[in-house]
Amino acid sequence: MAKTESTFINMFLALFMVTLLSAAILGFVYVYTKGPIEQARAAKQTAALKKVLPPFNNDPVKEMYKKAVDGDTLYFFPARMDSSLVGVAVKTFSPKGFGGMIRLMVGFLPDGTIKDIVVLQHQETPGLGEKMVRSKSNWSVQFQGKNPKTFKLAVKKDGGDVDAITASTISSRAFCDAVERAYKNLMEGGAQ
Amino acid sequence: MNQWNNFNKGFFAENAVFVQVLGMCPTLGTTTSAYNGLGMGLATTFVLLMSNIVVSMVRNVIPDKVRIPSFIVIIASFVTVVELTMQAYLPSLYNELGLFIPLIVVNCIVLGRAEAFASKNTVWSSALDGLGMGLGFTMALFMLGSVREILGAGSWLGLKFIKGDGMLLFVLAPGAFLALAYLIAIMNKINRKNA
Repeated sequence: MAKTESTFINMFLALFMVTLLSAAILGFVYVYTKGPIEQARAAKQTAALKKVLPPFNNDPVKEMYKKAVDGDTLYFFPARMDSSLVGVAVKTFSPKGFGGMIRLMVGFLPDGTIKDIVVLQHQETPGLGEKMVRSKSNWSVQFQGKNPKTFKLAVKKDGGDVDAITASTISSRAFCDAVERAYKNLMEGGAQ
Repeated sequence: MNQWNNFNKGFFAENAVFVQVLGMCPTLGTTTSAYNGLGMGLATTFVLLMSNIVVSMVRNVIPDKVRIPSFIVIIASFVTVVELTMQAYLPSLYNELGLFIPLIVVNCIVLGRAEAFASKNTVWSSALDGLGMGLGFTMALFMLGSVREILGAGSWLGLKFIKGDGMLLFVLAPGAFLALAYLIAIMNKINRKNA
C-alpha cells in the first residue's frame, strides 16, 4: 500500500479516525473498570474502618456524616454495637506533609481515646517519612490508647508528647496535625 | 538484521537505560524498590508492545505530517488503559507508582521506538522490537531497584535481612543517580568485552 499523501483532507481524516478510535476504546475500558475501581476503593476504606474501630455490627458508611474544615472535608464514621456507640472513625487530612496531602483514618473510642490509625494516602519520602505507614515501621503504635486530652499531639521538639520519626520532623508534624484536626472536630461536633 | 536480533538488542546492545540513557524520569523516580521497578517496567513493556504493533499497522495510512500527534494519541490511550486496569485490579501497586503511570506517555523510549522503528517496519518485527526494548527496560529497572533496595533498606522484594535501616541515601534521589552510574559503568565493561 502506498504511503498516504499529506494533504489537508488526509491529515484531517487520519487524526479524526485515530482520536475517534482511541476515545471509543477508552470509553469501553472506563466502563469495564469503573466497578472494580470503586470496589477496590470501598474495600480499602472498609479494611481501614475495621482496623481502627472496636468490633461493631452497624454500617458506619451508611451513617457517615461530613464536616467541611480548612478547605477540605472530614468524614465521620460512627460505629455501633447493638445501637450503642462504641467508637467513631474519622477520615482526616493534613496538607502539611513533606510531599503534600496526607490522609489518615483515625479511630476514636467514645471518650476520645485513640484506638488506632491507618494511613490512607501519602507522598512522603520512601525510607523516611514513609515510616508513618504501619507496614513500614511501628512508629504510629505510640498513638494507640492515648487520649489527646492528656497526650499533647505535637512532636517533642514543639513541646508535645510525640516521638518524631528520625529525620522526618515535617512528616511527623503533619501526622499530628491530621490527628489533632480529627480530635478537635470530633469533640466539637460531640460524639453522637 | 534477523528477527531474533530485533528482540535481543533491547537487553544489551541497545538497552534503553544503560546504553541509550532514555526514559530517565521513571528510571530514577520509581526504582526505590525491586518490586516497584518491576511493576513500572512491565507497565511500560505493555505500552511499548501495543503501541509498536498499532503504529506499525497504521504506518502507511497516517500522513507524514501528522504522524507524531497520531502516535502520541495511540500511546496515551494504551497508557490510560494500563492506568485504569491497574487501579482496578492492582490497587496497591497503583498506590506506589501513582503519578509515574500517566508519565509513561512522555517516556521517550515509547515514542522513540514508535518513530524510529515501528513506523518503518512490519508488524511482526515491531512487536518483537517493542517486547525486547520493554523487557530490557524492565531488566534495567529491576536491577536498579534491587541495588537501591538492598543497599538502602536492607531488603529485597520486601524480604528484610538486616535490622533497622540500610544506607538511606540509596533510597533517596541522589542514590538513584549513584546506583545508576555504577550500573552503567558495569554494563559498559560487559558490552565492550562482547564487542
